[in-house]
Amino acid sequence: MEFWDKKIECMSRDEIAQIQLEKLQATLNRVYKNVRHYRKIFRDQDFMPEDLRSFSDFTRLPFITRRDLSLNYPYDMFAVPLREVVRLHTASINFEDPIVIGFTENDISSWAELMARNFTAVGISKDDVVQIALNFGITTGPFGVQVGAEKIGASVIPMSAGKLSAQIKIMRDFRTTVLVSTPTLALGLVREMEEINMDPRTLSLKYGVFGSEPWSEETRDVLERKMHITATDTYGMTELFGPGVAWECPQKNGLHIAEDHFIPEIIDPVTLAPLPEGSEGELVLTSISKEAFPLIRFRTGDVSRIDYAPCACGRTHCRISRIFERCDDVIIVRGMAVSPEQIGQVLSRVSGGMPVFQIAVERTDGLDQMTVSIEISDLNFFDEMRKQRRFVEKLHRELSELLGWEVTVRLVEPGTFDPSKRVLDRRTFQ
Amino acid sequence: MLRLQNVNSYYGLIHILKNVSMHVSEGEIVALLGANGAGKTTTLRTISGLQPVADGLIYFDGQDITGASPEKLVGMGIAHVPEGRQLFRSMSVYDNLELGGYLIFKHYGRKQLKSDIEEIFVRFPILKERRGQYAGTLSGGEQQMLAIAMALMSRPRLLLLDEPSMGLAPLIIKDIFHLIATLQADRKLTVLLIEQNAGAALKIADRGYVIETGKIVLEEDASRLMTNQEVKRAYLGREQKEIWE
Repeated sequence: MEFWDKKIECMSRDEIAQIQLEKLQATLNRVYKNVRHYRKIFRDQDFMPEDLRSFSDFTRLPFITRRDLSLNYPYDMFAVPLREVVRLHTASINFEDPIVIGFTENDISSWAELMARNFTAVGISKDDVVQIALNFGITTGPFGVQVGAEKIGASVIPMSAGKLSAQIKIMRDFRTTVLVSTPTLALGLVREMEEINMDPRTLSLKYGVFGSEPWSEETRDVLERKMHITATDTYGMTELFGPGVAWECPQKNGLHIAEDHFIPEIIDPVTLAPLPEGSEGELVLTSISKEAFPLIRFRTGDVSRIDYAPCACGRTHCRISRIFERCDDVIIVRGMAVSPEQIGQVLSRVSGGMPVFQIAVERTDGLDQMTVSIEISDLNFFDEMRKQRRFVEKLHRELSELLGWEVTVRLVEPGTFDPSKRVLDRRTFQ
Repeated sequence: MLRLQNVNSYYGLIHILKNVSMHVSEGEIVALLGANGAGKTTTLRTISGLQPVADGLIYFDGQDITGASPEKLVGMGIAHVPEGRQLFRSMSVYDNLELGGYLIFKHYGRKQLKSDIEEIFVRFPILKERRGQYAGTLSGGEQQMLAIAMALMSRPRLLLLDEPSMGLAPLIIKDIFHLIATLQADRKLTVLLIEQNAGAALKIADRGYVIETGKIVLEEDASRLMTNQEVKRAYLGREQKEIWE
């Protein structure tokens, strides 16, 4: 079993608690001094950073949501001046209500460190060739993978998520040993290889590191069998670095959270009360090492469970269970977070009023398909056929532009769907 | 090895240390950085028992040493080199070292004390040359060496160093820091170091803490503290420009 930083990854729970306390206190002192939003919410709770004696004091603090982040758009949540920020990213979640995340030089190096731990844990070393088939854009995903892979000395191919045939050609010619992508793209590669009658065993592929969307054990089984690789999960979100927050070790028994950088909690998403160890609920994360964009008790919206028992791999950092569902209406489609609010904003802009709609997502042939069904009303009913068609086309165009891939738009009669359910996810992950 | 949890300390009514938590692992050099009056010296004095702990816990080797007396702590292996080279100026170098080795004399006798001093002389040849001289007549750098040597006489495992470079010429400072680094390497000595000269301290340190008005605001690897803009601006004297608004 290889470790990138054995001293930290295998330290005792006592040491972890000490480090977390120190870093948490330092972070609270910094955000209280530098970020107006934190100063305000701390004062509202009558909490001073020096009041923090233990984690029970910590639970007095309110949560941070994505809404808070977008209210402070663009730079008000930054804990350092902008001139110290070397990288800016935005989360994919909602361009209508955007948020900006900054990284200092040290943040980027922590990120590289985290990804290096992830890769080393899986078994990847400097002898490997890493093909990054994630979209290089304004979200963080591929950049963290790149700095991490370069840190361990592997060769990086910044391929981006592009044509499958090109991916396969590069994979064969460059003798790629590690594929980093969404599971959807990997499944696409499997199909493509079957179509062109290519035996994956002729490739040099050994590992697959997949993330940025939920994927089932079944998918893992298919990928491992058909591509002849070891497939592991990696978890993260742009608000907290991106990938590298938690990852699977070869035991494939939960994802290790880097506890020297994050403090995880599980809460009840309705009552917001902390839940006892081992129960399932919403994952809340606090970053204790970030300089530019520290988050205190950030509600991820992901449903998980924490296991503090030591792992057979020797790592002492706790594990979260793999994430298959969310506790809000946000759905991850083709590796991108989509919220009904975001769709609703487009619909109301185009139709000049908020229609009743439902988003349905299905997975056919391993690829997510999204359908937006809209109830017919005065807003979108026209006497003229041509006008009607043009209206639907316009919606289709605007939504597809927003998301970057084709969305099906349907006008349906009232009563066709249950209007209280805005999102219908027909995919199965477990 | 050393662990502080939520330590608070007061001078009269003035709250100096506000919930300070930190740790020093075996064999590490840890630097504690901060401006004047931030609470650096108070932190060291609190660890070595010279300053009472109002609230919080201090552990040494897993043992709770909160509120233990300074002399007991010296016996446990914590030596404190205070700021400003506080020697017995009107006594000879040799006598000063003997005083530093009082516990060795008490437990192992004069013979052991003598051989310990000889050992110190091997490491500090300059002190051997000046063994009969009054400590007050030594140069600043030599006095600092003597102060460190005195602390080493008690065979410590943790050395608390308060501003070893204060008032010394840059060349001498280099020697002193070199000495601290070799002590860590040869003797497996653990060092907690306070320093105004942040650049020099971070060069030899493994990790560092930044303290501001009695509160720890940063904990990082030394190399990363050097690239932290805030530290640069405040303690390394490079950046001067104001914050972007």
